[in-house]
Amino acid sequence: MKERNKPRLQDPIERAKNFNEVNLGFDEETAVKEATRCLQCKKPFCVEGCPVGVNIPGFIERIYQRDFDGAAKILKGTNMLPAICGRVCPQEVQCESKCILGRKGESVAIGALERFVGDYSIRNAKQPSTKSVAKGKVAVVGSGPAGLTCAADCRARGLDVTIFESLHEPGGVLTYGIPEFRLPIDIVKSEIESLEKMGVKIELNVVIGKTIFIEELLATYDAVFLGSGAGLPIFLGMEGENLPGVYSANEYLTRVNLMGAYKEGAATPLVRGKVVAVVGAGNVAMDSARTALRLGAEKVMIVYRRSREEMPARREEIEHALEEGIEFLLLTNPVKILGQKHVEGMEVIKMELGDEDEKGRRRPIPIEGSNYNIECDQVIMAIGTNPNPLIVDSCPELKTGKNGVLVVDENLETSIKNVFAGGDAISGSATVIQAMGAGRRAAKSIIERLAQ
Amino acid sequence: MKKYEILKKKKLADNVHEYEIYAPLVAKNARPGQFIILRVDKEGERVPFTICGYDKKLGTIKILVQTLGYSTLKLSLKEEGDTLQDFVGPLGKPTDLSLYKNILLIGGGIGIAVIFPQASYLNSIDKKADVIIGARNRELLMYDGPLEKEAKNLYIMTDDGSYGEKGFVTAKLEELLKTKTYDVVMTVGPVMMMKAVCDITKKANIKTIISMNSIMVDGTGMCGCCRVTVDGKTKYACVDGPEFDGHKVDFLEQRERGAYYKEQEQEAYCKLTGEIHKHKENK
Ligand SMILES: Cc1cc2nc3c(=O)[nH]c(=O)nc-3n(C[C@H](O)[C@H](O)[C@H](O)COP(=O)(O)OP(=O)(O)OC[C@H]3O[C@@H](n4cnc5c(N)ncnc54)[C@H](O)[C@@H]3O)c2cc1C
Ligand SMILES: Cc1cc2nc3c(=O)[nH]c(=O)nc-3n(C[C@H](O)[C@H](O)[C@H](O)COP(=O)(O)OP(=O)(O)OC[C@H]3O[C@@H](n4cnc5c(N)ncnc54)[C@H](O)[C@@H]3O)c2cc1C
Ligand code: SF4
Ligand code: SF4
Ligand code: FES
Repeated sequence: MKERNKPRLQDPIERAKNFNEVNLGFDEETAVKEATRCLQCKKPFCVEGCPVGVNIPGFIERIYQRDFDGAAKILKGTNMLPAICGRVCPQEVQCESKCILGRKGESVAIGALERFVGDYSIRNAKQPSTKSVAKGKVAVVGSGPAGLTCAADCRARGLDVTIFESLHEPGGVLTYGIPEFRLPIDIVKSEIESLEKMGVKIELNVVIGKTIFIEELLATYDAVFLGSGAGLPIFLGMEGENLPGVYSANEYLTRVNLMGAYKEGAATPLVRGKVVAVVGAGNVAMDSARTALRLGAEKVMIVYRRSREEMPARREEIEHALEEGIEFLLLTNPVKILGQKHVEGMEVIKMELGDEDEKGRRRPIPIEGSNYNIECDQVIMAIGTNPNPLIVDSCPELKTGKNGVLVVDENLETSIKNVFAGGDAISGSATVIQAMGAGRRAAKSIIERLAQ
Repeated sequence: MKKYEILKKKKLADNVHEYEIYAPLVAKNARPGQFIILRVDKEGERVPFTICGYDKKLGTIKILVQTLGYSTLKLSLKEEGDTLQDFVGPLGKPTDLSLYKNILLIGGGIGIAVIFPQASYLNSIDKKADVIIGARNRELLMYDGPLEKEAKNLYIMTDDGSYGEKGFVTAKLEELLKTKTYDVVMTVGPVMMMKAVCDITKKANIKTIISMNSIMVDGTGMCGCCRVTVDGKTKYACVDGPEFDGHKVDFLEQRERGAYYKEQEQEAYCKLTGEIHKHKENK
């Protein structure tokens, strides 16, 4: 069996000093070569692994026929943002994990192929068509992947769509969270531009629940979609957590990505840590750690209470972090943050793995008396986020469940009629592709409702 | 009128300007105690300012800005007719003092900008409050004229005695407490001033509300930059506040958090003043 083709990468020593993209993707020849590895299975397991059921053999077939427009058309039938998903989907636990080739050797590089097609279609942008089938006005709250997808689908059917975004730039986590070295901002921008070309209106600097209330939206719009994400950072509530020098990953990444604090002379300040401890081991933690490194930290540590196996980050990000020199303190949990006026260190405790929890992950248990101190001058908390209660606080009729997620029915309608929701707002922090899938399902419900 | 256009700009005191900004969406739902966040230009940082007044019909918001560092200096260079890059709000929880009868408002420095809308709101519902305002000197004092009309009694304090009485606002507070009773005190100003007021009112057992001017980024509860410890629990000034029970706030922690970026801020400010200087020389 032929080996999987590798994408071009930026050199680890070089890239640890810049914010340019690490993975440079396939060139055309490599993409076609990789596409020929696909067996075009009659019963493609890979598709089962994709949360939105992308027709994987279909688009790959077009690649080796060099019909890249055709490939893009197939992809976009289920996945509006292939250039983004190809880069950020956790393929190794989704589509690629089910690929038949993976049983004996290496799976087809589905993500890298998807990215190749996505980038091709951005370079050769075609005006998407809008069909006037349904009539009505839709307000979309939030411009992350859920909101963008819902807006695009509604607009494609002829609806009048306005997106309301609280920040001064659209894109949600794609803009303020995921760093440029993983997802260049120009990719996100061009996807948003093509949406605007379709006729989707975007109102920035509008906080729904503060600037405009849901009931006001319902007075002017026929349907509302809440794609407000899960932006509320979780802290551990430990001693010292409010010392200057302790950041939530959201704050740290927002300062760098959205506010451009990595540039010389940026208006938004950032204190550049020398020794940085990042708590957590998901994508958010990897992004924070690798950002700290690029901002000149001498030493960056990931502090995680489980072992390498349980790390929830994409495999590629973990590998890239290690290559760049990030240290992993595994089976280690923070106890308190030390310091008088600002962070001077962190007390941690060693952990061991016990029985499996309800999700089948082994529960970490502290080893009594194994506490010790590590030195650091900055701590970044990347242990997760919950939905922001701001909208619900202003609209108590909206029912919520555990951790503040919005409760929806099978059509993604909330407890308020004609108000739909999807993405991280209903699931808690999940993935880009799941948020897009939800945006698409909600759009379908909205279109059906407005056709009635 | 353009979105976020500066319709009026007025100098109120040394380094303090009042701006009226066209932002009808913000004005529509604004209430006293809330704030906005603005960016001066494309490269700008997000900076918070209290809503000092609003006109729902004209669609305008009034803010009072003290020139302190980089962003406020940049803002001070904008003139009537210029537009701001971004302007979002109203943010934070509104404060409702109408439940109380005997109210004392204490404003120090730019904090006067925050208590002014409260005083005029209380006046509009026939519940005039006593007001103490203080500043280092006469040039730094603002709103004393308008407050004269809005307050039941207005007490003016300057550190150097160049206007009103000589001394701190806390001296006046202690004096008033000898003869008067209040159900509530609301105080806004530098962190250490608010702490000093709270130390006094705690002993006198008077509920005290403070407004926390934490460093902020988004202002919607997304980053946690504005964390304040209140009664041992972490609160976000932008969504849980900006007003809190002053007897429960950890002011010393807040002082340290406010100082974290001092070096960077200083550097950016010096660079900008240098550029402005050069620009003027070239002209
Ligand atoms: C640092 C980081 C790295 C990640 N890496 C990956 C990855 O590699 N792969 C992956 O699949 N997933 C990743 N994720 C998760 C993924 O980004 C999210 O699951 C996804 O963005 C959720 O999309 P969403 O549209 O539901 O919400 P969001 O992307 O969070 O967008 C919500 C938007 O709504 C706006 N909003 C919120 N409240 C209001 C309001 N009241 N009024 C108006 N607007 C409002 C917000 O400002 C925001 O723009 C990562 C997340 C982070 C933070
Ligand atoms: C809810 C809220 C309401 C506010 N209302 C007003 C207002 O009505 N009028 C007004 O003039 N200012 C107000 N502020 C303060 C204002 O946001 C800051 O003065 C401004 O951000 C300073 O920006 P700068 O870049 O010009 O100065 P910087 O260079 O950032 O700071 C200059 C100096 O001010 C200190 N400083 C920085 N941020 C703050 C802050 N948030 N509060 C107090 N001191 C700070 C710094 O430590 C430094 O010494 C408010 C702040 C908050 C959080
Ligand atoms: S959307 Fe994600 S999971 Fe689905 S095929 Fe593409 S890369 Fe794989
Ligand atoms: S399972 Fe693998 S080989 Fe089969 S169609 Fe999917 S990608 Fe191709
Ligand atoms: S300013 Fe970001 S949470 Fe308050």
